[in-house]
Amino acid sequence: MKYEAVIGLEVHVQIKTRSKMFTRVGAGYGHEPNTLTDPVVLALPGVLPVMNKAALDAVIKAGLMLGCDIAPVCKWDRKQYFYPDSPKNYQISQYDQPICQGGAVEIELPGPARNIMGEHKRIPLTRIHLEEDVGKLNHFATDSLVDFNRAGTPLMEIVSEPALHTADEAYAYLTSLRATMIYGGISDCDMEKGQLRCDANISIRPVGETKLGTKVELKNLNSISFVRDGIAHEIKRQIGVFERGGTIVQETRDYDGQTGASQSLRTKEMAHDYRYFPDPDLMPVQVDAAWKARLQAECPELPFVKQRRFLEQYQIPYTITSVLVWDRALSDYFEEAAKLAGPGRAQAVGNWLVNDLLREIGAAKTDLAAAKVRPPHLAELVRLVDEGKLLPNLARTVFAQMFATGEMPSAIVAREGLAAAPTDAGELEQWCRDAIAAKPDAAAEFKAGKESAINALKGPVMKAAKGKADPKQVDATLRRLLA
Amino acid sequence: MADALPHRTIADAAARLAAGTLSSVELTRAVIARTQAVEDRVKAFNSRDESDALVQAAASDARRAAGQALGPLDGIPVGLKDVIAVNGQPLTASSRMLANFVSPYDATVTARLKKAGAVLWGRLNLDEFAMGSSTENSAFGPTRNPWDLTRVPGGSSGGSAAALAAGCALATLGSDTGGSIRQPAALCGVVGLKPSYGLVSRYGLIAFASSLDQIGPFARTVEDAAIMLGAIAGHDPLDSTSFRAEVPDYRRALTEKKGPWRIGIPREYFGEGLDPEVGAAVEQAIAHYRAQGCEIREVSLPHTQYCLDTYYIIATAEASSNLARYDGVRYGHRAEGVTDIEQLNSRSRAEGFGAEVKRRIILGTYVLSSGYYDAFYLRAQKVRTLIRQDFLNAYRDVDVLLTPTSPVPAFKLGEKSDPLAMYLCDIYTIGVNLAGLPAISVPCGFTRAGLPVGLQLIGQPFREADLLAVARHYEQAHDWHTRVPAL
Repeated sequence: MKYEAVIGLEVHVQIKTRSKMFTRVGAGYGHEPNTLTDPVVLALPGVLPVMNKAALDAVIKAGLMLGCDIAPVCKWDRKQYFYPDSPKNYQISQYDQPICQGGAVEIELPGPARNIMGEHKRIPLTRIHLEEDVGKLNHFATDSLVDFNRAGTPLMEIVSEPALHTADEAYAYLTSLRATMIYGGISDCDMEKGQLRCDANISIRPVGETKLGTKVELKNLNSISFVRDGIAHEIKRQIGVFERGGTIVQETRDYDGQTGASQSLRTKEMAHDYRYFPDPDLMPVQVDAAWKARLQAECPELPFVKQRRFLEQYQIPYTITSVLVWDRALSDYFEEAAKLAGPGRAQAVGNWLVNDLLREIGAAKTDLAAAKVRPPHLAELVRLVDEGKLLPNLARTVFAQMFATGEMPSAIVAREGLAAAPTDAGELEQWCRDAIAAKPDAAAEFKAGKESAINALKGPVMKAAKGKADPKQVDATLRRLLA
Repeated sequence: MADALPHRTIADAAARLAAGTLSSVELTRAVIARTQAVEDRVKAFNSRDESDALVQAAASDARRAAGQALGPLDGIPVGLKDVIAVNGQPLTASSRMLANFVSPYDATVTARLKKAGAVLWGRLNLDEFAMGSSTENSAFGPTRNPWDLTRVPGGSSGGSAAALAAGCALATLGSDTGGSIRQPAALCGVVGLKPSYGLVSRYGLIAFASSLDQIGPFARTVEDAAIMLGAIAGHDPLDSTSFRAEVPDYRRALTEKKGPWRIGIPREYFGEGLDPEVGAAVEQAIAHYRAQGCEIREVSLPHTQYCLDTYYIIATAEASSNLARYDGVRYGHRAEGVTDIEQLNSRSRAEGFGAEVKRRIILGTYVLSSGYYDAFYLRAQKVRTLIRQDFLNAYRDVDVLLTPTSPVPAFKLGEKSDPLAMYLCDIYTIGVNLAGLPAISVPCGFTRAGLPVGLQLIGQPFREADLLAVARHYEQAHDWHTRVPAL
């Protein structure tokens, strides 16, 4: 029998705000334990929550970017359970009236080849709601310590419909969602810092069946690759259970990305009764049209929309766009450089950016923002080559220098005497004859029909020309002499 | 006796302080001496810091000497119910759970009283976590009624009412969730004001039921209550339920607002269970207003019969949630010898909370449980809306409502051992909390046994100025408030 998996993802994204969700104390990562606390975070007797409006702004903006309906009223509920990482023993959250409903995440599945765009899908969202994060427990041999630095950090929960069917789709969903959140400045989504966390609800059913199977919740998928691997593993496990004639138990399982195995945490019978009720300490907040319009104006172009525009507007290959558009800074950089370089030069800009600049940045362990090569540098380099003022083979030398020093390419060319100059035809012919004489085997192979053998002859010519010869002219001269 | 310093009104003491015939240190010393003389009988205080009070008093005198006196409360000893946070002072809620807790921050009302120059004096006893009507639920032992030490002072703010009646402060603060200011005020023969929900910040008040709790003053006179309210009322950015409005000059309004008023008598508040002597005293008060030209009109609040049930669903639901933070992990009572976190939570709570608190947590947890929410909590909220609507309908025809505060005068310690009998003490006061209205209890007589009786006036939302003026009108024509218990 063939089986189909049905997957829904619950993604928690920490919102990047200066202060916490319901109090003024700072939010952040990597501080000394329990230093980002105050009476409200610690739930001391008598304290009250006050909503951080910036966090509500961020979640509304996220909703607008994903095409959600924004509720006219932001209402708060208490989700109650005892756990020592939750100082109040209830979490302020949104239960029956999430701030965002509907919307979708656009995803792209792997194409048939790296340079061919894959299929696009829209994965519908159920809801997005806002809540507060909990603290962190550290377990030791005989006791446990709790750090409340994370407690109270604004957190949004993005719940997809059960509309994903493969581990690859889940991977694509998270990649797209993460990029969208980073684009909107809503979160840095660093999974290592817990800024993005994912739980997956997975069930399987025979292909053709429309009823959903019993779902298993997979927790602690703490990298995007683990999400893919964990889901793939769980689908395989469930199919195995089915095929052995067993039934799937509704449960929560913990996936260990290191070992690639999962184990049961709790079954449905042990599920919490959260006793949700409206938080009487917080007044509902009205979100009017003007508020939404202000945030709508702040929404950036989404990665896939940008990709379609880049393909259309700059006529650049898909492979380049698929590198550029996932990084807002990189695509902004590209657009600035392409504009400065002038019409028809976008592809060259894209090539330099994706192939050379990113490689050098990677090798130097720096980042785009810190790179000394800025859009005007790259634009000028492309223009010099395109106008024939700098030979392509020398352009790499210039690039390496400008990456190291931040000098403009024209300055490097002038100082190093690298400007392309017309080569004396007689001198070039002599260099070609010398090369043929020095490598008679290569010359013979070429004459015998081995096209690539000519390259072995070009090297000595370029060396003799100190690199300043026009490769086209070299090629033409060699062919003439070998004809 | 009423002339003795500890029994002065704020208005009188403030005038003397301003005139330079009295110093705050002198006044505070007198209050401390009085407390030392009677406290072993009244037991109104959970803790008191005499040297700290004298330091505050000296600072007040220094301010005044420098010409920088802050207003009518500057230098006046004011006591606080032990659910209101004062930085560096114990904050116990009369619970074992918080027996050793010291607050690291000030409640907003505390900060405002400090800004007004008040001498903060003493942490006053209450029913544990403000749950009760007699102060017998205190983990530290009951407070006694200064008028009869064999009787309760009412509750839950029994310490605040008794301390004031006994001359151990010139005013006190309490909190009122279902009558916890007004009922003890009535039973102790002092004025007690529960402001409109949202007028006074709850930041720093240990929560019992968040949608019902309000801080308010106990005072000897309506004028003193107006002074206290003026100091603590007003919007607070730290309390999201705090009302955004200008605070009027309540004290000036007392003389500016002159009747006659249209006074409504809700017939549901004069039925079965009302002590005849209390009923008679309240009838006398009605007669007074009528004689003064006020229009007296019988009105109906038809959903009154549902108040108690509605209250005990909403209040316990909220309490079960608000008290979840007392878990033995971060502060408060922590059970010894536990082996896991569940034991730490459950045993700390089992040992730290008293019977009434546990009863309400269990009740509240139950009504919020999956499958019961709609039938209990949601329905109670709907009934609450109807109860509020009853009041607003009545206010189409009348300015204020007049009722007894408590159906009975102070009862004996241990007399009401059945929790349901105790809950009936609040039958006339809880509707006001459910509707979010302001209400005041003023002394309106004494029983033959010499126990004070209180009159409740219920005002319209955020119309405290009018409410106080109506109350003051009665008070000025009577001298009940000038009597002092023979301790």
